[in-house]
Amino acid sequence: MATGSAKRDVATGRLTARQYAENFADLHPPLDTHGAMVEADRCYFCHDAPCVEACPTDIDIPMFIRQISTGNPLGAAETILRENIMGGMCARVCPTETLCEEVCVREIADGKPVKIGLLQRHATDALFADGKQVFARAADSGKRVAVVGAGPAGLSCAHRLALLGHAVTVFDAREKPAGLNEYGIAAYKTVEDFAQREVAFILSLGGIEVVTGKGLGSGLSLEQLRADYDAVFLGLGLGTVRDLGLDGEELDGVIDAVDYISDLRQAKDLSSLPVGRRVVVIGGGMTAIDIAVQSKLLGAEEVTLVYRRGKAQMNASVFEQDLAQTRGVKIIHFAKPSRLIGEAGALRAIEFERTSLDAEGRLEGAGESFTLAADVVFKAIGQAFVAMDDTVKLEDGRIAADGEGRTSLPDVWAGGDCVAGGQDLTVAAVADGKAAAVSMDRALRAQKAKG
Amino acid sequence: MTDLRGDFLGIKSPNPFWLASAPPTDKEYNVVRAFKAGWGGVVWKTLGEDPPIVNVNGPRYGAIYGADRRLLGFNNIELITDRPLELNLREIKKVKRDWPDRAVVVSLMVPCEEAAWKKILPLVEDTGADGIELNFGCPHGMSERGMGAAVGQVPEYVGMVAKWCKQNSRMPVIVKLTPNITDVRNPARAAKENGADAVSLINTINSIVGIDLDTMAPNPATDGKGTHGGYCGPAVKPIALSMVSEIARDPATHGLPISGIGGISDWRDAAEFMAVGCGNVQVCTAAMVYGFRIVEDMIEGLKNWMGTKGYTRLDDFIGKAVPNLTDWQYLNLNYIVKAKIDQDLCIECGRCHIACEDTSHQAITAVKDGRRHFEVIDEECVGCNLCVSVCPVEDCITLERQTSGIDPRTGKPIDPAYANWTTHPNNPSREAAE
Ligand SMILES: Cc1cc2nc3c(=O)[nH]c(=O)nc-3n(C[C@H](O)[C@H](O)[C@H](O)COP(=O)(O)OP(=O)(O)OC[C@H]3O[C@@H](n4cnc5c(N)ncnc54)[C@H](O)[C@@H]3O)c2cc1C
Ligand SMILES: Cc1cc2nc3c(=O)[nH]c(=O)nc-3n(C[C@H](O)[C@H](O)[C@H](O)COP(=O)(O)O)c2cc1C
Ligand code: SF4
Ligand code: SF4
Ligand code: SF4
Repeated sequence: MATGSAKRDVATGRLTARQYAENFADLHPPLDTHGAMVEADRCYFCHDAPCVEACPTDIDIPMFIRQISTGNPLGAAETILRENIMGGMCARVCPTETLCEEVCVREIADGKPVKIGLLQRHATDALFADGKQVFARAADSGKRVAVVGAGPAGLSCAHRLALLGHAVTVFDAREKPAGLNEYGIAAYKTVEDFAQREVAFILSLGGIEVVTGKGLGSGLSLEQLRADYDAVFLGLGLGTVRDLGLDGEELDGVIDAVDYISDLRQAKDLSSLPVGRRVVVIGGGMTAIDIAVQSKLLGAEEVTLVYRRGKAQMNASVFEQDLAQTRGVKIIHFAKPSRLIGEAGALRAIEFERTSLDAEGRLEGAGESFTLAADVVFKAIGQAFVAMDDTVKLEDGRIAADGEGRTSLPDVWAGGDCVAGGQDLTVAAVADGKAAAVSMDRALRAQKAKG
Repeated sequence: MTDLRGDFLGIKSPNPFWLASAPPTDKEYNVVRAFKAGWGGVVWKTLGEDPPIVNVNGPRYGAIYGADRRLLGFNNIELITDRPLELNLREIKKVKRDWPDRAVVVSLMVPCEEAAWKKILPLVEDTGADGIELNFGCPHGMSERGMGAAVGQVPEYVGMVAKWCKQNSRMPVIVKLTPNITDVRNPARAAKENGADAVSLINTINSIVGIDLDTMAPNPATDGKGTHGGYCGPAVKPIALSMVSEIARDPATHGLPISGIGGISDWRDAAEFMAVGCGNVQVCTAAMVYGFRIVEDMIEGLKNWMGTKGYTRLDDFIGKAVPNLTDWQYLNLNYIVKAKIDQDLCIECGRCHIACEDTSHQAITAVKDGRRHFEVIDEECVGCNLCVSVCPVEDCITLERQTSGIDPRTGKPIDPAYANWTTHPNNPSREAAE
């Protein structure tokens, strides 16, 4: 066994400043104007376009692409943001290969979809460079709404409510707004502080007050909010990462991937982050891929991602899996961790048991096992919702809500990752927030002014 | 063996690809490069009287582009040659001597007075050039001085100058026509009646390619002001083809040799012009955009195509499409077609549906049995070809002829016999049936 002899190796500053800068540069460099024109020309301006159908926020894709092609990028941006106020972030983080681009007729025709994501980025970048506010609020409705959670779901909901004339207060437990856009998304997908620039744009509409450092369970109660406001939206995201359920999770070097990514995103200087020489990631979703790739980019020598099922069952898209592999991450399928092996309070190795799927697709242990030496292991086997309140009904461990985001409480709506049955994507959270805002608006206008 | 040798008015050239009178033929240096590249002939850049004209020092060109900056249309405000007459003549003489197997035709434009023509013609003849082309086409600058298109737009002037040239020279005379005229057949007829040996067309079309919305001036502009130029390049090909066709099938000019010009960029364009009756073709814009080497593909491409068709000489296909050019009134109104969509090729973009639905005959479904599905409704389809034109997939929609049974749109039986408008019952001035 390779554990005992070599020294545990976790170090900061593995790379030069230039290497950090190169490694964390924009994953998909933006199209220049000519490139955007050429790409826009590939769009067929489909009737009842399948790409729109596949976009959770229903962006009128053929229209905004046409607007780019006519030299009207600001109009294109407005078309995008009208349906998806985080169109800028979504252009960077959406797994387009499983959304709009997957069904683009040019994907079907010649295996090369129109690069919708990059075009969306081109248009929204033009608007952000221009710095103009394109929306105007409706007349004041006299209604006040509390939004808890300033992630994509909460901000999308707040923006739409403000647009419709309501006064919104957004509370977030963390220091900065934007949720996982700020703390979770891989650094190379959202360079140059885009999350905060986008929040600033959203808030520049007016009618939205953001209160940070204050949340449910930390200074607020749902009961009080319901008493103080005409309606409440919960966009709480997922509060915790699932445990492996093994002895030794408290060992040094057994790390919650989401926490680490949050540190990475907030680090002023990437060389200050401790990075293991041999890193093992456990999980098969976006978070697992992101931590694996970013570990590699931070200078880890060996990064192995271990997933208990096969390639086809991975939550991460094929594009993401390929990205990991081209960045030098080794992926092992059909193995689950069975033992964390420590020494003097620190992790040294992990033992895995091989698995297989039975005829019904259920996972079963195959008996055989192997061990990987590891300085660090990242837990990325999924996040879980932490309920801060027991008055709202849950389902499968998350908040139960209908298609419009209505919860079991008449004046409380919810959306995004904290709601059961979602897709756990930024764009889906934005869609939820928008749908809930429309539903709340309808309800608020029906209800007579309180007090 | 496929033989591309051309004989136009007795002027021989190794292939039918000539360079049109324009910057590519403005001096010895360019023309020699063109001949080295393989061009069969040139029409030398238009000569005028001394002192030579001057060109603007600002931009001469403007362009229309496709999305990837492929040049689709080209506009210029260049005048005729701005070099001294004597220099041009000397170079023409030398080039013709050095390249005896290539066609060298000289384009001319002098004032509309017989004396002016009488003076220049012997000078040109002395160079040994194979013929002259009368530039009655230039639509900008020169026309303001009563030359170029200003002559070409008046058939009497065209005839008059052609006659002077025939009377005062032994050289074959080609009259180059302007498209900036209502009926191009009139100057062509005048040219023929007055002894011209051939016509060439088209010269450039009056054009302003765009207005710069920042400066509010046309593009290109000189010191903030602009003027219309002449349009050429791929965008003008359909206009040129139509004008050539009209002359080719006009009984008054039928058989008059034609040199085809206008947007010809490759062998296929050339073959099309020749099919409607051109003995050869001239190229300007394509050479200016891509350089002289394109002639290699024009030669090989034409040879290969002729080979697949079993044509061995140019005459085998020159004019072959002319009998199929007719008037609308003679089109067969009993010819019934319906669009048909090949479901295996269809990528379901829906363009055919929206085009037919919004702007035509509501003859294509968008949904069938609750599914996205595009299918032609024969009861509504008039066979207009719009859907075929907008479908991004080649051959996905075809027009299928229906030769028997009932036309589901009209409910009338299909008549296999030919019948046109002249005998149609709805035609108030129909000819009595025999
Ligand atoms: C590592 C990682 C990478 C990802 N990469 C992608 C990607 O590339 N593309 C993609 O589409 N999706 C990605 N996702 C998923 C995406 O980030 C989420 O689906 C999305 O952020 C959900 O938005 P949300 O508003 O529901 O929740 P969040 O973004 O989690 O926001 C919830 C907010 O609520 C606040 N909050 C939580 N509890 C309380 C409380 N009690 N009181 C007050 N405030 C509270 C939080 O501080 C946070 O700001 C990724 C997720 C992770 C973890
Ligand atoms: C810059 C430029 C200058 C031209 N100068 C002349 C000229 O001097 N004499 C002439 O007869 N035609 C002139 N033409 C017209 C061309 O000979 C030709 O008729 C026209 O461009 C159409 O052919 P194309 O589409 O292949 O360019 C000129 C065209 C261009 C673009
Ligand atoms: S499916 Fe593709 S081609 Fe059609 S509108 Fe959408 S992006 Fe354009
Ligand atoms: S041929 Fe014309 S009428 Fe017929 S389906 Fe096509 S567009 Fe419609
Ligand atoms: S335009 Fe062509 S590809 Fe598109 S739906 Fe119609 S038939 Fe199919």
